Amino acid sequence: MTESQPLEGKILTKPFLVLAALALVGGVLIVYRYVFGLGAVTNLSDGYPWGIWITYDVLVGTALGCGGYAMALLVYAFNKWEYHPLVRSAVLTSVFGYTLAGVAVFLDIGRYWNGYNLFLPWRVNFNSVLVEVALCIAAYVVVLWLELAPALLETRSDPKAQRTRRRLETLLPIIVSLGILLPTMHQSSLGALMIIAGPKLSPLWQTPLLPMLFLITAIAMGYAVTVFESLLSSLAFGRPYETPLLARISTVMVGFVGIYLVIRLADVVLRGQAGLIFTDNLTSVMFIIENLLFLQAVIILARPANRSDNRWLFISAILLLLGGAVYRFNAFLVGYTPGFGWRYFPALPEIFITLGIVALELLGYLYFVKRYPILPKAEHA
Amino acid sequence: MGLSRRNFLKAAAGGGLLAASQLSPVPVWAREPKTRLPEALGILYDATLCIGCKACMSACKEFNNLPPDPSSPEGLWDDPLDLSAKTYNIVKLYTSGSGKTKDQEEDGYSFIRRFCMHCVDPACTSACPVEALHKDPITGIVKYNKDLCIGCRYCQIACPYNVPKFEWDTPFPQIKKCQLCEHRLARGSYPACCEFCPNGASIFGEVQALRKEAKRRLSLPPGSQATFPVHRIDTGEYRYATVGHYFPRVYGEMDGGGTQVLIMAGVPFNKLGLPDLPPESTASHSETLMHSLYKGMIGPYVLFAGLFYLVYRNTSKKDLP
Repeated sequence: MTESQPLEGKILTKPFLVLAALALVGGVLIVYRYVFGLGAVTNLSDGYPWGIWITYDVLVGTALGCGGYAMALLVYAFNKWEYHPLVRSAVLTSVFGYTLAGVAVFLDIGRYWNGYNLFLPWRVNFNSVLVEVALCIAAYVVVLWLELAPALLETRSDPKAQRTRRRLETLLPIIVSLGILLPTMHQSSLGALMIIAGPKLSPLWQTPLLPMLFLITAIAMGYAVTVFESLLSSLAFGRPYETPLLARISTVMVGFVGIYLVIRLADVVLRGQAGLIFTDNLTSVMFIIENLLFLQAVIILARPANRSDNRWLFISAILLLLGGAVYRFNAFLVGYTPGFGWRYFPALPEIFITLGIVALELLGYLYFVKRYPILPKAEHA
Repeated sequence: MGLSRRNFLKAAAGGGLLAASQLSPVPVWAREPKTRLPEALGILYDATLCIGCKACMSACKEFNNLPPDPSSPEGLWDDPLDLSAKTYNIVKLYTSGSGKTKDQEEDGYSFIRRFCMHCVDPACTSACPVEALHKDPITGIVKYNKDLCIGCRYCQIACPYNVPKFEWDTPFPQIKKCQLCEHRLARGSYPACCEFCPNGASIFGEVQALRKEAKRRLSLPPGSQATFPVHRIDTGEYRYATVGHYFPRVYGEMDGGGTQVLIMAGVPFNKLGLPDLPPESTASHSETLMHSLYKGMIGPYVLFAGLFYLVYRNTSKKDLP
């Protein structure tokens, strides 16, 4: 008995081939990176040691991968089973978002052959926020694949696969609980990473609330990406829209963002930094853009009629995803000033490697939804 | 399915657990700022004695086997513009207005030497996920171990002075920075910059003695003649010099939790590129937060138990997906 089914259909479509070409370009550049070093493909410097691979691939990438987390929270912790049909596709986007964020980390670290040291407790510095982030994300990637595994095993007919599937399903409460705990930990820690940068990060973003703000936006982005993905796959694959469910999710989402905006602005004001918002430089403009994106999404979704309109749902989900992405770019790059004279804008190969990784994510998604029971069963009228 | 009272309570419990794991404005497990080690080693740099000869720079290159770092298009000279993976130590120049008077903020100039400050409570060692950067428990020197380093560069994000540098142009990069000539200390010598400083602008010694010396200099009447130790504080070797007009503070006494490199100058420190830092290290902020959330992993265990209870109750009533 299942509420999901594979889409079937041809794998090698035109979009698939375009994405594959992008992934290939990324792959070639990655080889170049390993032969000639990070400086050969990036504009990173001693002033800006972290660029888009961290900010986009890891921070934004895992936040976009929070669909599985946000939906699990709603369905399993808050007992809202009506949303269950959306869980599998949300978990699938999370699987790719997180797995490839892990890959991006391996591209980014300079001495990757020493990477195993992170997993040896006697070599790890448990005071480091980065340790919490790294171990937690690594563990969550495993948990996500375990969450997805029953869907993959469902299509197999051999008794051994079915036994494994049943065993996994008995472990479901543990797997799901970990699947909620781990993102709560590392999504907040991703924000906590910047606390140690102290005055190098503009007071518009540097706050002890960084972990909480990162967590709330990650959850909101998780719902937004679920709405976005559901609408897009309905459109692309000509399937019926899940509008009533999405309307209810957007109610939850707008609640999170509303609370977020109140905390975010109150924090800036109470720390006495509100003046920085109106200084007419890059940071102030980016701060305003970041918060207007969130605010616009709230304004749109505040009207109940808009929540049942696919177009407004889609627009507000995109606004929210952009807002969360801009917040992350601001907190790690735009608001970060290492000192006089340092500049950073990603190099072309750096951008193409990120595009290649995104393409690989989409390729994986397309393949899996066509071959495995991921998307909700279409109910034909 | 409507939201029954029972479900609401459960949901509220779950939300409460999530919130509790995050909302902890009270630092329950405050990580106390680290204090100075009794036998810590360091350097006292006095910009008023520095003549900008850069002997310390060439000595540093020679004894750390560092290549030239040319910045001019011809590439003929070793003339770095800033610290880099090829330059652990640099002498910079501050000028203002006519730039005539040494160690004067207006219409004056000052030299400033920059290198690793060997913080009392280093942000880099707190950030480093694998203890590749670590503070020696006796000397307090912040050392680097390439065999542990994963090249994540979080130390560069963390350091308030932008000291750790990365080798961007090699496939097998390392983090590079001043380690107080640890290899020379090991054979009973001392940092090359201090040995080759002809004027006593940089002197090596135990930080306690260096702090005493810095305080003595601040108490001397400007313009008078006084003795100044050269090379190191503990040999009794000294020279006579005119006491400069000091900015009335020693940089590194408290800044960012204190440093083992102490700096004196006639010009305010922020003009010389030294950041204005609060009296505690960002490491103590970061660690207080992490310890509050994760000490003994109690928070995560409680949250996990709560989640497991909810998920188990909710799934056992339902058909499994």
